[in-house]
Amino acid sequence: MPIPPAILTLLLGMALVLTGLWVGQNINLLPVDASSNAPVYDELFKVLFSIGTILFIGIVVVIVYSLVRFRRSPADSSDGVAIEGNLPLEILWTAIPAVVVLFVGIYSYDIYERMGGMTPLNDHGMHAMHSEPADSRTWAGISPALSTDANAAPALPVEVTAMQFAFIFHYPDAGITSGELHVPLGQPVSLLMRANDVIHAFWVPQFRLKQDVIPGQPTLLSFTPTRPGRYPIVCAELCGPYHGGMRSSVIVEEPETFAAWVAQNSPVPASPTPVAVT
Amino acid sequence: MTTLSTSESQLPSTEAAADQHGEHHGDHRLFGLATFLVADGMTFAGFFAAYLTFRAVNPLPAGASYELELLLPTINTALLLASSATFHKAGSALKRSDNPGCRRWLLITAAMGFLFLAGQMKEYFTLPFGLTDNLFASTFYAITGFHGLHVTLGGLMILIVWWQSRPGGRVSAANPFPLEATELYWHFVDGIWVVLYGILYLL
Amino acid sequence: MTLSLAPETAHAPAPSLQPQGWLRYLSFSTDHKVIGLQYIVCGFLFYLVGGALAGAIRTELLTPISDFLPRETYNEVLTLHGTVMIFLWIVPVVNGGFGNYLIPFYVGARDMAFPRLNAVAFWLIPPAGLLLISSYFIAGAAQSGWTAYPPLSITTPATGQIIWILSVLLLGGSSIFGGINFIATILKLRRPGLKLMQLPMYCWAMLGTSLLVVLSTPVLAGTLVLLSFDIVAHTGFFNPAMGGNVVVYQHLFWFYSHPAVYIMVLPAFGLVSEILPVHARKPLFGYTTMVYSIMGIVFLGLIVWAHHMFTSGTPPWMRLFFTIATAFIAVPTGIKFFNWIATLWGGRIALNSAMLFSCAFIVNFVFGGITGVALAQVPFDIHVHDTYFVVAHFHYIVYGGTVFVIFASIYHWYPKVTGRMLNEPLGRLHWLLTFVGFNLCFAPQHWLGLNGMPRRVAEYDPQFQLINQFSSVGALLMALSTLPFLINVVMSAFNGEIAGDNPWRALTPEWLTSSPPPVENWKGEAPLVHEPYGYGVKPGELNLAATSGRELWSLGQDPGRGPNRPL
Ligand code: HEA
Ligand code: HEA
Ligand code: CUA
Ligand SMILES: [Cu+2]
Repeated sequence: MPIPPAILTLLLGMALVLTGLWVGQNINLLPVDASSNAPVYDELFKVLFSIGTILFIGIVVVIVYSLVRFRRSPADSSDGVAIEGNLPLEILWTAIPAVVVLFVGIYSYDIYERMGGMTPLNDHGMHAMHSEPADSRTWAGISPALSTDANAAPALPVEVTAMQFAFIFHYPDAGITSGELHVPLGQPVSLLMRANDVIHAFWVPQFRLKQDVIPGQPTLLSFTPTRPGRYPIVCAELCGPYHGGMRSSVIVEEPETFAAWVAQNSPVPASPTPVAVT
Repeated sequence: MTTLSTSESQLPSTEAAADQHGEHHGDHRLFGLATFLVADGMTFAGFFAAYLTFRAVNPLPAGASYELELLLPTINTALLLASSATFHKAGSALKRSDNPGCRRWLLITAAMGFLFLAGQMKEYFTLPFGLTDNLFASTFYAITGFHGLHVTLGGLMILIVWWQSRPGGRVSAANPFPLEATELYWHFVDGIWVVLYGILYLL
Repeated sequence: MTLSLAPETAHAPAPSLQPQGWLRYLSFSTDHKVIGLQYIVCGFLFYLVGGALAGAIRTELLTPISDFLPRETYNEVLTLHGTVMIFLWIVPVVNGGFGNYLIPFYVGARDMAFPRLNAVAFWLIPPAGLLLISSYFIAGAAQSGWTAYPPLSITTPATGQIIWILSVLLLGGSSIFGGINFIATILKLRRPGLKLMQLPMYCWAMLGTSLLVVLSTPVLAGTLVLLSFDIVAHTGFFNPAMGGNVVVYQHLFWFYSHPAVYIMVLPAFGLVSEILPVHARKPLFGYTTMVYSIMGIVFLGLIVWAHHMFTSGTPPWMRLFFTIATAFIAVPTGIKFFNWIATLWGGRIALNSAMLFSCAFIVNFVFGGITGVALAQVPFDIHVHDTYFVVAHFHYIVYGGTVFVIFASIYHWYPKVTGRMLNEPLGRLHWLLTFVGFNLCFAPQHWLGLNGMPRRVAEYDPQFQLINQFSSVGALLMALSTLPFLINVVMSAFNGEIAGDNPWRALTPEWLTSSPPPVENWKGEAPLVHEPYGYGVKPGELNLAATSGRELWSLGQDPGRGPNRPL
């Protein structure tokens, strides 16, 4: 006895969903994760990847099936059935994407919130104590995620200046200026970014974070590094001929190593406040 | 199933064809012009949006301000509004086949338009800032200048229609299209000015 | 099926001063069919130019260092490539080209509403295009990408940037004139007795597109004028050094350029809606919802622009709004795709080149659309913005979507235009090469973007070399695929199989006249087509003995989705 089409479709649908879930969980297209933000991002990525795979494979299978199953030989000049529409079907395939899209939207909002994206920008105290131009408002970016942990380390402030074609990092507390970004493992870092000439963008793929650096509009980018290593900093906004060469590195190191680096490079023997709190 | 019937149209085919050449059809042309004006209006909308955003987020350098002298622009506003009314008069005169009356009203309208431009020039020359002084100055000149171009063009169009409505000319009660088109355009330019006045001067 | 055509009445051609024969294609012709072909051929020439530029890009990217082109030249090349492909190939061809050829037929008119404006709109394009390309030789082309973000566009060499602005302004003007003409033709020139909801779908697509053109292009024009002031008159609208605001430019630019992506794709949607029913021998599924979804896309398309600016100066609340609005475009777009699939389902499908290209379009576009919905999610976009992931996304849509549809349309309408068929085997070869080359070229770019390769770079991290070389091989295949196509189009014009007036047995009005059509489209009365998609046998008239149970089952089912439950 042939299997009824209904059951067949059901089985195929289940297989499709399982395939999608498997693909999303097991195929890794991303570089290593090196910030507390990256695993959160990867979670979202997996969900999107699964949904995308299910939709895409589903649609391709139906199309290929139709083309094979309903193909006519060149000699055949008959017509198909004159079905002009089907309201319940239309409602179904309006509702399903709407639900999917809403779900994805709310989910990614949640992810964004966990990354600190929804934290208001201008109520962070640590930059206020440094002398800054009159217009010191931060225009955009990501604030340090609101931490519920009272004894979490305070964010390490770093001032970033982007120019054609380099990034300069300045540690206001230690008075260090450097071409590479050194950060201690596990401590939040908060970059206040300014551009001198044209728009640049600060991107560390392993942190899954990017923020434009806009002349006239200081921006903020916060993250907590979680994996020691050296990762590329890439300029991601076309800024002129050497845009492709505008790269640097971020070095995530153990707090002790970082403290040693600070001590070694400080113009003053000891910084007034301990920068690395362990 | 296919339903393909011959037309119910009463027109013989050649006439129908001539009809569909379109360019003889005031109706389509006014519709087309109106569509164009929507597009033109969007250009202004873009400028206004830019202005309002600048104003909301970009502080001006010390000493500069968004305040403007009000007297002259207000007179100008009244002028333009009145010119819309006189143009309307010209239109109704043409409908009554009162060509001389129509032409008189047209001249008055054009005169008011050029007076407006003169006022605008005067304002430009008396303003304390130049094009590149600050963000507000640049935006102000860009927007009013763009509008002034529209008025200039409109004024010239009015003069052309005035010429065309001479006895034996192209424009008459039988062919009011050039006048109607110019009138629509003129009302549009006036309407834009009212918005501009509200945003740039009053706000 | 009964066809009762109008009795043929002699229609004396109007005497005219226009050149006749092939020369009229080089003239200021006001015939909509001539103008349509002018757009298509001119656009295709620019496609070859844009493709050659893409070739230069892909050659440079074979190695991680900048060796094939100097860095400045690379930026000029990519700016020209983007601008040529968008403004001189896709937009003119799917709007001006097919729009001019088909819309008057579809509304039962003998020409467009404003034939002269129409000719003007076309003749703005060649000078604008030549101007743009010549800028490369005169003073160096613009170097700031097709987006021309200030302050970069203010600080790079001014001549090239100004020429770029001028030519984009001309092309924008052309586009606006075209849009006005389409709106007036569709709304005002409809043949008496023809209702809006009886129009072929392409009319709706063009109406929606033209609305977008009229509402958004002028904003771009105004913005570029301000930008040119910044460059030549040293105003400071977008110059932060003078108190200006660069992000305002981005808002204004994307207010046009996001709708522009629907200007590039909605007409393609319309064309596919014409092609599928003919070759599947079934009515277009869900006509009414298709119409509403077009209008839904138009509306949503106007309010989602800031999704291109998630990493620039947008405050959090704005990011959220634009995420939701953008992702929602998947809903009306999805309706269209499911309706097309339902059109195929249960049809009698002729698997010819037109069909292959159309179906490949669906596959590619769904892929690009899904990555688009992912990009709409702020946290996702923050990682991949301005990387090759975005490059891959939009090539999947503009190339895999629109360009595939252009090819499908050429295979479909070539017999209409020339009276001869294209060669099928060559067409399939073209399809195969294009499809394989396209996917080989752009699929790997997703991975590149996710792993750290930014876009618009002439030099990159050596770890990406291998994947880039795959991509370049794909581009080479695409270039080669143009060969069978060109050979086919040229050869068939002379010795293709004679097509007859209506080789596809189609019912839309352009087929109800001779092929090629006479100057005023029909000899005698224009046919009144109430049901442009009246293909197929009514379910009640099905020969039950000859149909399989599966077909009957399919009458009420959603293809491919879920179990057979009563709805
Ligand atoms: C024809 C052109 C075209 C089209 C139609 C689209 C369609 C879409 N695009 Fe794309 N896009 C571009 C051309 C296009 N895009 C270009 C050129 C750029 C780069 C510009 C530049 O920077 O140079 C870009 C960039 C771009 C970005 C910015 C990326 C960045 O720079 O960071 C985003 C972000 O939201 C985006 C999103 C979308 C979405 C959501 C759609 C949606 O409309 C897609 C909707 C379609 C589908 C989703 C598929 C079918 C639907 C279904 C099968 C239903 C079920 C699906 C779901 C439930 C998901 N696009
Ligand atoms: C809109 C349509 C469109 C189309 C159809 C294409 C088609 C192609 N594009 Fe393009 N592309 C854009 C729009 C388009 N692109 C845009 C908007 C950008 C962004 C620009 C920017 O960042 O500002 C871009 C950017 C872009 C990049 C990124 C550059 C960078 O960021 O550094 C790359 C890289 O691979 C690329 C590749 C290609 C390739 C290989 C094709 C191929 O599909 C092309 C295939 C066609 C051919 C190969 C033609 C074949 C003919 C010949 C080879 C003969 C030529 C001979 C003579 C002239 C005599 N494109
Ligand atoms: Cu700095 Cu690109
Ligand atoms: Cu967009």
